[in-house]
Amino acid sequence: MTGEQIIFLIVGAVTLICGLLVVTVRNLVHAALWLVATLFGVAILYTLLNASFLAVVQVVVYIGAIAILFIFAVMLTRRQAAETGPSVNTNWWVGALMSVLTFAGLAYLLQTWSGFSKQASSIPSGFDAINQLGEALTSPVGYVLPFEVASVLLLAALVGAVYLAFNKK
Amino acid sequence: MNFWNDPLKVAADWLTGIFVGWGMNDIFAHVLVVFLGIFVLVLILMVIDILLVWIERKVVARFQDRIGPNRLGPFGLIQPFADIIKLLIKEDITPDGADKVVYNIAPMLSMMSVLILWAVVPLAPVMLSVDLNMGVLFIIAAGSIGTLSIIMAGWSSNNKFSVIGAFRQVAVMISFEVPMLAVMLIPTIFSGSMGMNAIIQHQNIWYVFLSPLAALIFMIAAIAELGRAPFDLAEGESELVAGFNVEYSGMKFGMFYAGELLHAFTFGGFWTILFFGGYRFFGLEQVSPFLAIAIILFKAMVGYWVIMWVKYTVMRIRIDQMLAFNWKFLTPVAFVLVMVTALMNALLRGAGSWLYVTGMFLSNIIVAWVSLEIVRSIGKKERERLEGPKQVAEAHH
Repeated sequence: MTGEQIIFLIVGAVTLICGLLVVTVRNLVHAALWLVATLFGVAILYTLLNASFLAVVQVVVYIGAIAILFIFAVMLTRRQAAETGPSVNTNWWVGALMSVLTFAGLAYLLQTWSGFSKQASSIPSGFDAINQLGEALTSPVGYVLPFEVASVLLLAALVGAVYLAFNKK
Repeated sequence: MNFWNDPLKVAADWLTGIFVGWGMNDIFAHVLVVFLGIFVLVLILMVIDILLVWIERKVVARFQDRIGPNRLGPFGLIQPFADIIKLLIKEDITPDGADKVVYNIAPMLSMMSVLILWAVVPLAPVMLSVDLNMGVLFIIAAGSIGTLSIIMAGWSSNNKFSVIGAFRQVAVMISFEVPMLAVMLIPTIFSGSMGMNAIIQHQNIWYVFLSPLAALIFMIAAIAELGRAPFDLAEGESELVAGFNVEYSGMKFGMFYAGELLHAFTFGGFWTILFFGGYRFFGLEQVSPFLAIAIILFKAMVGYWVIMWVKYTVMRIRIDQMLAFNWKFLTPVAFVLVMVTALMNALLRGAGSWLYVTGMFLSNIIVAWVSLEIVRSIGKKERERLEGPKQVAEAHH
């Protein structure tokens, strides 16, 4: 077992445990903080995959913005941060079934992929992933159209949020 | 390759040799040496941090026409060490109803978010922890950990003043991140890289001459990010006692305080790296890495001095004014500046270097002038709207 695999197993296990705690912990602020830990674990997984740009963006967007907004929302809307009701409803078995099926489906799809059991080839030195990503996102033969559509979608969401919050005089 | 040209590599090789000589595994020895390097860097930073307390107190005293600490040792230099001893032997109080684990993690996270920034600071051409090719984004990511620590401290203290302080501080931090990130794209456009070392290497002409407006906006956003005056309403004493760290005592408070000082010094450093050539000074950095370290520390100190200068000169402003200033003025200006700079860069890329610098400088001046004119005309209209009816009423009498 290589050092990278050991790190992957430890980080993966910690991420899974944190993810489990997010949905089981009673205190909502604690749940949000466990979510932050989970997202950190995912960022470390990106780093292990040599996707350092995604790792940093994960921290900036998910921890710096989204998790903070969750914590804000919880603190501003609730007097008591602790949840007292039952933590599962009557449909819990549907959710469990769906997640097991999704996992099985993804595992099956990966099994059929030819690169599943291969060792990843090492990245040549001087390989600039961030440059390639930027060019792929902005070149006409690359992904410029999906990129632009996604930004228009985000803009629409922004306009919608402003419209909802706007105080008509 | 001798010690004076590349001290880090020579020292690391020497240590690795010793460890391997002791019969240690190659990889393990390498990891151990890296850990030792991080440890030494953090140690040096903490010592600098102790001296920053003294510097801060001396400078504020001079601004306020006082002498400052002068009793212990020459020029009061031993004062900060005495302060640390005092902080360490103070009673450590955890308030009733506090969330103990979160309460104790928050100061550590706060300090960590500052120390982690030094991972991307190039101290000399050959001395840097990691040459991350997204150093600019890394700064923002570390800042978001700082935001997290503040909201944790505010919430876990079980005190309404600290929660309000944390809310304010976090609102400020997540808003001022936007213009800061936008403005940090401008050195990226000039140098074609997000890496700190590459940005410095490309600065044959300091970027402050190419984009003075960007340097100014970065400084304003950095001061807001630090939560220092005039943006220090998170700890507005008259309203909130001391903001998010009301309940902290002893060394836990000390960690917030030391973290803030080191953060200010670090942002002074980033200011020089992005806009003032970092460790470069007329080729002196080529002479010796130690000279380069002295240059960047000196420049960072000058940046820190500017932050202090602003802090002890300008008064605190209200939270709504501050957020309006950010969202309605700073952010649009930063975005327009990024667009103009990108456009000018595409147009002037082939031109000579003097034309490039002049074009960039002029475009900055024009953006600044136009935005100030727009703000002035809006302000004038607002004033007329508010004062108009009053004048009519007076005329009626």
